[in-house]
Amino acid sequence: MELLDIKNLQIEFPSRRGTVVAVKGVNLTVRPGEVLGVVGESGAGKSTIGNAVIGLLDPPGEMSGGEVFLKGEKINDLSSEEKRKIRGRRIGMIFQDPLTSLDPLQTIEQQLVETIELHLRLGKKKSQERAVDLLRQVGIDDPEIRIKNYPHQFSGGMRQRVVIALALCAEPEVIIADEPTTALDVSIQAQILELMRKLCREKQVGMLIITHDMGVIADITDRVAVMYQGNLVEEGTTQKILGDPDHPYTKSLISAVPRADVRLRRFPMVDYIEKEEDRKVLLDISTHWLGQGRDFGKIEGPLISVKDLVMTFVTKQAFLKKNRQSFNAVDSVSFDIKQGEVFGIVGESGSGKSTIARLIAGLYKPASGSVFFGETDLTKVGSEREMDVFRKQMQMIFQDPFSSLNGRMRVMDIVAEPIRFHKLASSNREVETIVTDLLEHVGLGRQAAVRFPHEFSGGQRQRISIARALATRPRFLICDEPTSALDVSIQAQILNLLKDLQEELGLTMLFISHDLPVIRQMCDRVGVMKKGKLVEVAETEALFTDPQASYTQELLSLMPKLDFLSHEGLDVEAS
Amino acid sequence: MQSVIVMFTVGLIAFSMFRFVGDPINNMVGQDTSEQERIELRERLGLNDPFLVQFGRFSLNAVQGDFGLSYKYRVPVSEMIAERMPATLELAFVAAILSLAIGIPLGVYTALKRHSFLSKLIMTTSLIGVSLPTFLTGIMLILFFGVVLRWLPTFGRGDVIELGSWSTGFLTASGLKSLILPSITLALFQLTLIMRLVRAEMLEVLRTDFVKFAKARGLPNRLVNFKHALKNTLVPVITITGLQLGSLIAFAIITESVFQWPGMGLLFIQAIADVDIPIMAAYLVLIAFFFVMINMIVDILYYAVDPRLRADNE
Amino acid sequence: MENTVEKSRMARILDSDIWHSFARSPVAIISSIVTLVIIFGALFAPFIAPNDPFDLVAIDLMDASLPPAWLEEGDSRFFLGTDDQGRGILSTIMYGARISLFVGFASVIFSMIVGISLGLISGYVGGRTDAIIMRIADIQLSFPAILIALLLDGVARGLVPKEMHNDVTIYVLVFAIGISGWVQYARTVRGSTLVEKNKEYVQAARIIGIRPGTILRRHILPNVMGPVMVIATIHLAIAIITEATLSFLGVGVPPTTPSLGTLIRIGNEYLFSGEWWITIFPGAALVILVLAVNLLGDWLRDALNPKLR
Repeated sequence: MELLDIKNLQIEFPSRRGTVVAVKGVNLTVRPGEVLGVVGESGAGKSTIGNAVIGLLDPPGEMSGGEVFLKGEKINDLSSEEKRKIRGRRIGMIFQDPLTSLDPLQTIEQQLVETIELHLRLGKKKSQERAVDLLRQVGIDDPEIRIKNYPHQFSGGMRQRVVIALALCAEPEVIIADEPTTALDVSIQAQILELMRKLCREKQVGMLIITHDMGVIADITDRVAVMYQGNLVEEGTTQKILGDPDHPYTKSLISAVPRADVRLRRFPMVDYIEKEEDRKVLLDISTHWLGQGRDFGKIEGPLISVKDLVMTFVTKQAFLKKNRQSFNAVDSVSFDIKQGEVFGIVGESGSGKSTIARLIAGLYKPASGSVFFGETDLTKVGSEREMDVFRKQMQMIFQDPFSSLNGRMRVMDIVAEPIRFHKLASSNREVETIVTDLLEHVGLGRQAAVRFPHEFSGGQRQRISIARALATRPRFLICDEPTSALDVSIQAQILNLLKDLQEELGLTMLFISHDLPVIRQMCDRVGVMKKGKLVEVAETEALFTDPQASYTQELLSLMPKLDFLSHEGLDVEAS
Repeated sequence: MQSVIVMFTVGLIAFSMFRFVGDPINNMVGQDTSEQERIELRERLGLNDPFLVQFGRFSLNAVQGDFGLSYKYRVPVSEMIAERMPATLELAFVAAILSLAIGIPLGVYTALKRHSFLSKLIMTTSLIGVSLPTFLTGIMLILFFGVVLRWLPTFGRGDVIELGSWSTGFLTASGLKSLILPSITLALFQLTLIMRLVRAEMLEVLRTDFVKFAKARGLPNRLVNFKHALKNTLVPVITITGLQLGSLIAFAIITESVFQWPGMGLLFIQAIADVDIPIMAAYLVLIAFFFVMINMIVDILYYAVDPRLRADNE
Repeated sequence: MENTVEKSRMARILDSDIWHSFARSPVAIISSIVTLVIIFGALFAPFIAPNDPFDLVAIDLMDASLPPAWLEEGDSRFFLGTDDQGRGILSTIMYGARISLFVGFASVIFSMIVGISLGLISGYVGGRTDAIIMRIADIQLSFPAILIALLLDGVARGLVPKEMHNDVTIYVLVFAIGISGWVQYARTVRGSTLVEKNKEYVQAARIIGIRPGTILRRHILPNVMGPVMVIATIHLAIAIITEATLSFLGVGVPPTTPSLGTLIRIGNEYLFSGEWWITIFPGAALVILVLAVNLLGDWLRDALNPKLR
């Protein structure tokens, strides 16, 4: 018998612009001890499934059709009080963000004991013992002591362990995990997934895991259901879905996943998904506007040279200097970026990689050390006017497509701003011509100019960002996690675009990412950062095949294994 | 640290008022005083000393509660204020209790039952409450309960009993009766503010992940709402409520003037009409002092409620 | 080109969530109509008021203390009755609302300008500047607006010669109410600026080389105006109340140019002798005006807060 059986589930969100059907007639089953993955890109409707099963859909969402069975018992039309009794007792839930999932004002013990008491009624003493035991099971050291702590005294990964302990409190039959590792670093993600896998096996719990991440799917699931725009397009064993998908959407999705074992020339065109343009257009650089005015001063040797860079952040403000607490986000880092190369920096969150990008771009002033642009030390440039000369040659693309564009400005004005500021065009008409041309060049079309950013999707917004960065005709482009907020298929398109532009314009690039497979696709050389220090710099191929530093080896070993991913239709450059 | 700065700044303002608004000598002596006498008085009072010295002397006196003589009544300001203080504090105290005891439960109720008819009624009424100027509320209450129904006294404190230097209206029937209308008037505005604040904060907390997770753990609504949500709501509410209650004492000016309540506010309003600077200065410093005290209590409460602050100082 | 942009802007407004929320909220529509009617009546009082309360020739003491027109002894010339000097209540309300609204709007604009500038600077520059501005704000916050206004008024009385007093009071009033309100704006704008400053579009502008002044004006200011508008609406209500309160306490505008508060004060003296209309009608006008503005502010806050929907 199936443990959890979802039949013909339909979820609707009525709004004034008409009813949105988030989930259309989806069937799913979970068996004891099995992990079922539900994978899909944003807007696929996957997250609402979990909420609908436990009866906690956010209004105005409603379950408008279908049935949910738990061990053969129909649970979707129970009263809200009966549903509440199932929550936590028979179905455990794990949410995405461990930092906000726990009540900050109550100790871990209070939260564990209240849940255990509620469902199992063991008595206070027994409940406390059980709470300690649970913490030990989820791998928290010294549980007797740690249980008295408040949530803020735990790190993100530890908190997610506590959340898992809370979900396991009453020995539920099913656990629903909604993006359980998305907020965590790769190394912690691996540990949490392993823990979940183990608990699932030992306790014969069925698990429904909802994620957008193919790595998570490959790591932990037995079977996978692929969602696309509210529909279940394909379901099968993990091996089958990843290695030999049938449905064209699944195929395009799999082919867009960056992989660490091979380097592609380009990602295959994903024509199933978005209507965005992704054609390779090479301009005649000698006649095009982007090609003109590129006679920058000749630079011998590396274009960018970072020497002993240190950046200090104050962590605790105080009126007196001596009472302030601070730490070095970047700790004496040195490296060179050669002309025309793509230099990658990889590291976990808090490793200081984004800080380096901002130091080079001049957004932060370093505590010490220098950034050379050719021969000039940018940290010693005195006047704004002198600095403008370099700003023109150096632009940046940011991580978050939703905050990197000013929502109150038209796309035309956003892209024109650098051209107008640096007076790169003589008339307003010329500015407009250049902007529409740029927009077309990044695959948006000229009508985009009169619209506002909120009318575009994440990937399109990132294209606007790229157009703005190109508008000063830079020779050096800093990309700070340019695709980490995007769906995998959109990521493939943006990476393709960046590759094309780099090739076409001969750009030098600093490419920052936490994602090793993406780094492998994009970079010529890579630096690995850990806690503000650069632990290793190597050619990309060498780094992936023969890592030297132990930290690099660790990072590589913790990467999700995507070995049985289909290689169908890939344009492989090196392996 | 903050309190010291506040007191210092307010002291400086009060002193500047003393020194530069009008001529202190003119306010002390009659028309027929000769120029010679004026100069002597000036010297004797130290008005020719450097600014800092004068300010130092002022502060020293102020700390001891000495603000000089009232220009109009020729009586030490400290005595006048001490005499009036119990009336204002008793009024503010009752109003504070009223607005907290009614405001917080109403705020919680309207947040939890957001769509119920009663909540909407309360919210609309509360908007009228915010829109009613305090003095108008007072006038209405006087008109209805005092003039039309003749149930309650409309001015003064009624009979008071002296407990040492403290005169209280709590112990007599007429004192308590007299307190009813003014305290309702004073509380009404604060009550609506506190209620709306609690509601807004509570709604914010109810949207957080940990509330959703608590529900997903199967906790009954009662536990989720009162154990988890309410406690988190109170953290931000404490600060603003503290400030609001502090302003009750100053807000009492209006109520006191409508009900002819013999408190500090009435004294202050008369002082403004008379440009009686010493009283104004003393009142200002006193209000700042109350504010600083309330702020300290708020900080301590904060510390008790929020474990994140405790960990910070370890 | 210009035309199509204009058109699409209009279309954008009609399609925006704010407009839909407005069109579907009877409370918002009614209160904005009420506000507009009062503003209209006040603005054109000299043309539409049934009689001119400041024309000494037209005032007749024989008309003093007449009850409203629908009561016995009422006079059809004075729909809402007259006060102790024979001035028509309806007309004095219209003229009084002029003063109230002027003080209200002027002080709101004054505190907006001060508050927004200081808030932007505080949030964007940070460090010492921020600490100092916010400390001042904290200190000021410990004193209610009414107390600050009273103090300033008292100080002004001490500084300004008696004969000039009546002429300057209204400006003192605007300054006093305005200066007591800036903290709200500064705190909100600072908070939003701190958020916006770290958003990537501001960093992008900095990388282009745009100077801080331009960034604040062109990028940050438009993005922090939402909450400012909510505060401004509610502050308008508070400013009108504060003005009325000060006038009621006798330290506001002089009786020669009475505002709503002054009218209530004058009427209050006659309340016990049964001439209730002298107080009640101006009071009702005041409450209706403030309530309408408050309702608008309340609606605006909900409409701008997408999380509440």
